[in-house]
Amino acid sequence: MTEYNFAYLDEQTKRMIRRAILKGLAIPGYQVPFASREMPMPYGWGTGGVQVSAAVLTPKDTFKVIDQGADDTTNAVSIRTFFQRTAGVATTTATSDATVIQTRHRIPEEPLHEGQILVYQVPIPEPLRFLEPRESETRKMHSLEEYGLMHVKLYEDISRHGHIATSYAYPVKVEGRYVMDPSPIPKFDNPKLGDMAAIQLFGAGREQRIYALPPYTQVVSLDFEDHPFEASKADHPCGMCGATDSYLDELIIDDLGGRMFVCSDTDYCEARQAAGHKGKDAA
Amino acid sequence: MQANTLSGGFADPATQSAHAFRSVMEAMARPGTLRDIEGAAPPAPVSPAMGAVLLTLCDTETPIYLAGDMDCDAVRAWLSFHTGAPFVGPAHCMFAVGKWDALVPLAVYPIGTSEYPDRSATLIVECDALVTSGATLTGPGIKDHAALSLPEVEAFQANRRLFPLGLDFIFTCGERLAALPRSTEVSRSSVPARAHAGAS
Ligand SMILES: [Zn+2]
Repeated sequence: MTEYNFAYLDEQTKRMIRRAILKGLAIPGYQVPFASREMPMPYGWGTGGVQVSAAVLTPKDTFKVIDQGADDTTNAVSIRTFFQRTAGVATTTATSDATVIQTRHRIPEEPLHEGQILVYQVPIPEPLRFLEPRESETRKMHSLEEYGLMHVKLYEDISRHGHIATSYAYPVKVEGRYVMDPSPIPKFDNPKLGDMAAIQLFGAGREQRIYALPPYTQVVSLDFEDHPFEASKADHPCGMCGATDSYLDELIIDDLGGRMFVCSDTDYCEARQAAGHKGKDAA
Repeated sequence: MQANTLSGGFADPATQSAHAFRSVMEAMARPGTLRDIEGAAPPAPVSPAMGAVLLTLCDTETPIYLAGDMDCDAVRAWLSFHTGAPFVGPAHCMFAVGKWDALVPLAVYPIGTSEYPDRSATLIVECDALVTSGATLTGPGIKDHAALSLPEVEAFQANRRLFPLGLDFIFTCGERLAALPRSTEVSRSSVPARAHAGAS
């Protein structure tokens, strides 16, 4: 017995979102407008990602949700529970076991494989928005490939800071055509966007946009010959698992200003600890 | 209204269309791969795969063009009952349905606008055979290269030159489908083409 539509949304809404997803996959990096629906959660909770997940999930899926790398935040737990109830999906925290992963602000450390789908929650889908507030103008700029202003903005960073200061939502160019906002992932994650084996879908609820990257798509972070893109991270090993290749969060651990660096991807960190890897701060 | 108009839809629309969509999405995301799709029993000459695609994607908001022998009373009645989609000519359709020979020439379909390239038609092409050999495919969704039994090569090359505008294609045969988005580069395979992959 169920009191919900399958995956909450009615069939007509899912068809509309599904058609938008197909056009998004056919035109990688282009933002497809869609008629976003009210969801039983506030916009900040990733209603765009939730609607995309609702349109792709089947009862056979195993679903994982991460919020800045963690499976156990209120946001992640509530979205996971939502689809467990409304779509009857199995859930997991293990990246490799999931068939659909909804994410806010991270790409898992473990490489994704064919058959997996990564759904991003996107707050602001338009990479040109902070240069040009008018939608009619940004749409024209994309149609004419007028991306000079974007380069000017990045170059101003260089003249002001000596390097490109943008460290999140770092813009990329897809297949040499559309400039795309990868959502507020750290630029450390940017190199994973390209040539990924999984399908990547991006949903912005408030701004009513869906865009996509098919597997094995060319994605290049914007940069300059004299200032090449660098996927930087804190220059420390993880305090818990000792990983030197993962993106780290800095945690304050006592009142005396003590701090430690720990993997932002909790599944990655826990799997490494379970395999016997130990960082300098591990008990 | 005939009895078979009412039958042949999804028995469990929500989950069957969810499964069917995943097949369509995987096919569109990975050009040159074949997917199983089932659950529909449409009247001839619509294949079960084509029927399932239409049930999954079409409704009152998606004008359909029926080309050639697809434009018959049985198909019109079945689609009207199960999807409510209006029937239109090729210039105003969102989906065009038919065999390749009935669908060409491609110049009549909407290819989108420079600001809204998504406002373009998707052609659902019924095929006598569908195999992963024939034309060579490269582009987004394809690791190195793939192959697919396309009805011809030049039309898809011309469509690719329109990118980001253009048409997207879903090929159906029996209970299988494949897809070819506008982003795919198509070239003639170096191995001899099969009989069914010859130019029309
Ligand atoms: Zn760690």
